Amino acid sequence: MENSPLFKPGHTACAGCGQAVAARLVIEAAGANTIIANSTGCLEVFTTKYPETAWGVPWIHSLFENSAAVASGVEAALIYLGKKDKINVIAQGGDGSTGDIGLQAISGMLERGHDILYVCYDNEAYMNTGVQRSGLTPFDTNTTTSPASGLSSGNLRPKKPVPEICAAHGIPYVATASAGFPQDLTRKVKKAISTKGPKYIQVHVPCPLGWRHESNQMLPVAKMAVETGLYPLFEYEFGVLSGRKQIAPKPVEEYLRMQGRFKHLLNNPGEIRKIQDIADSNIKKYNLKLEAQAPNA
Amino acid sequence: MFGPLTVKPKNSKGDKTGSWRTLLRPHYLHKNCIACKMCLMICPEGCVSGKEKNAFSVDYTFCKGCGLCADICPKKDITMVAEVLEEEVR
Amino acid sequence: MKEFVEGSHAIAEVVKSCQPGVISAYPITPQTHIVEDLAQMVSSGELKSQFVNVESEHSAASVVLGASATGVRVYTATSSQGLFYMQEVVFNIAGMRLPVVMTCANRAISAPINIWNDQQDSISLRDSGWFQIYAEDNQEAVDFHLIAYRLAEDKRVMLPVMVCMDGFILTHGMETVDIPEQDKVNKFLPVYKPLYKLDPADPISLGLLADPDYYMETRFAIQETMRESISYLSEISKEFNNAFGRDYKDLLVEEYQVKDAEKVIVAMGSVCGTIKEVVDEQRAKGKKVGLLRIISYRPFPYARIYEALKDVPKVAVLDKAVSLGAYAPVAVEIKSAFFGKKKGPKVISSFVGGLGGRDITMETIHEVFRRLGAKEVNFDFVDLKPELLKEGTPC
Repeated sequence: MENSPLFKPGHTACAGCGQAVAARLVIEAAGANTIIANSTGCLEVFTTKYPETAWGVPWIHSLFENSAAVASGVEAALIYLGKKDKINVIAQGGDGSTGDIGLQAISGMLERGHDILYVCYDNEAYMNTGVQRSGLTPFDTNTTTSPASGLSSGNLRPKKPVPEICAAHGIPYVATASAGFPQDLTRKVKKAISTKGPKYIQVHVPCPLGWRHESNQMLPVAKMAVETGLYPLFEYEFGVLSGRKQIAPKPVEEYLRMQGRFKHLLNNPGEIRKIQDIADSNIKKYNLKLEAQAPNA
Repeated sequence: MFGPLTVKPKNSKGDKTGSWRTLLRPHYLHKNCIACKMCLMICPEGCVSGKEKNAFSVDYTFCKGCGLCADICPKKDITMVAEVLEEEVR
Repeated sequence: MKEFVEGSHAIAEVVKSCQPGVISAYPITPQTHIVEDLAQMVSSGELKSQFVNVESEHSAASVVLGASATGVRVYTATSSQGLFYMQEVVFNIAGMRLPVVMTCANRAISAPINIWNDQQDSISLRDSGWFQIYAEDNQEAVDFHLIAYRLAEDKRVMLPVMVCMDGFILTHGMETVDIPEQDKVNKFLPVYKPLYKLDPADPISLGLLADPDYYMETRFAIQETMRESISYLSEISKEFNNAFGRDYKDLLVEEYQVKDAEKVIVAMGSVCGTIKEVVDEQRAKGKKVGLLRIISYRPFPYARIYEALKDVPKVAVLDKAVSLGAYAPVAVEIKSAFFGKKKGPKVISSFVGGLGGRDITMETIHEVFRRLGAKEVNFDFVDLKPELLKEGTPC
């Protein structure tokens, strides 16, 4: 991994950036025979400022919303050249470029059945442009365009269910993952890469700057999102739920108090109740609750 | 005539992001390490290298001092210590 | 081989002979027949391309961008709204120096929605860094696609080319066209060898962030390449003539009876066929008129136009596009060819016509010659219907 790195140090991500961790794990799991099409966003900006590049694999950045379409073109060219069997194609971008402006291109790519893995790095806002809310910003989050001030408790809309939208296309593999569970992420990427057809993985990646937590808190924050049920880790295969990470659910307040973006909720039990309802509904929907262990006889 | 358009990874040395550290740097004790490689996996920079037990190390040219390696080590074999600033060494 | 075919079908045949590896397009009138024919050829096995049916023009352009970056010859076609939808990708493709070839079936721009021909679509993308060559008839449309690939993929060039053909008039018009044979195409058009490509064997990063210290040189480089390409066009035209026996001279302009003309109309595209008819008619009556047809709109051949028109006393430019609030695009560039120069026409009148597919007839051209007099017409529309301007106003 370190001798010929596919994701080189010397990039300009913030210290402790969850997306940098995840992006590195993704390309290391996919391997050197991979071509990446990347959307505009933090990942693109901090890895490729001319004349530097952090990428040890062929990498192309076009625009904000078209990485899925560019990747479709790369894949089609590889098929034409007879090389597709040996080379993986990954399209990747943030939550904004995936679930908002790029949703059309992804839907087209999934519907056409290209052999491409799409990875969404979900830090739950348009971070590169300064923490504006996206369709995947969770309920009640404080962002610059959904400010929690005066009459508002922040983003008033629920998180867009992009993994479910992708699963509804009936594609071979959809998964959610987290930078707080690096081995699980690696396993899921390897599983996706070895599957033929379109795949979607959405990785929850804490952003110390946008979420307002310390650089060294990435792991506990990411883990807590999963452990409260707010960010369920699951897998769909051909539109059917095929796996999920079970949890012993913690109260959502433990997650909210770790981050400045939820600070405004801490003395607002009414709003916390609403967020707990979201977590509870995820736990129910995906059957996340660990069964109680039978005591040893 | 093309101008600045493409970059090959072999021609890119990266920014010396080690200069970002001001407060803390990771210190590997090399005592209890079980070579689980979690520090290597979790580093956002990818500047941790090593294979054998008690033989993992950080490239301080790039380390930003985020502390994720110290946080993830199951054996608490990595601690964050005060950054050695150039002026203090002299 | 000569065939009496619909323009779109002729284009599909010539694109087939260029053997693009990836074709991607989104349906829009009047481009549809080209893409349908290509789909038919792929499905029958005549054409071994990857045909990607995308969900929008933005994605069509993105697919050919990605495929071209992977080192494969590509093709797309669009029109009007589709061209505008893919506009940011169009600029992206030129900025990345990818030799994409696109057919633009020229069509008017909404609103109001109108599917008939004018040149507002491609002209509105004149800043993009793409070559733009305009065909007068279907033979040219066919030939220009071969020339387009040859030009785009030239190692000194590496820029995308838009072949512009008037929608419906050419795309749906039936003409006798000589479709170049495959073996001759193979000789004229070498196998595409990209300068750089996405390949794990030799990784590159493409599409990096270029801050103020780096950006401007990439734009200068495209401008320089376009300037140098003025001479490459002549080179390629000669090669084409040797291969196929049709001489497009310098591929910049066509001078039709310009030499001793007292009045010349400047225009682009299929309307030039009509203008030639009127020129012939008037010359037969002893009137010294002519036509200067622009073939290469980008790069704009300022020096060539100066040479052609410097001794012509009266010039009328007939535009099929308008920069609302200001001027007619071709006219203003024609005028600037003479600014500060010793010689030039005494009068350069600017007319806009044919918008939204309004037919430019021989009578229209007669009218333009009539209005081209001692007094310059700074800017005017032709063939307007004043009765419509009394209706349709908000009340």
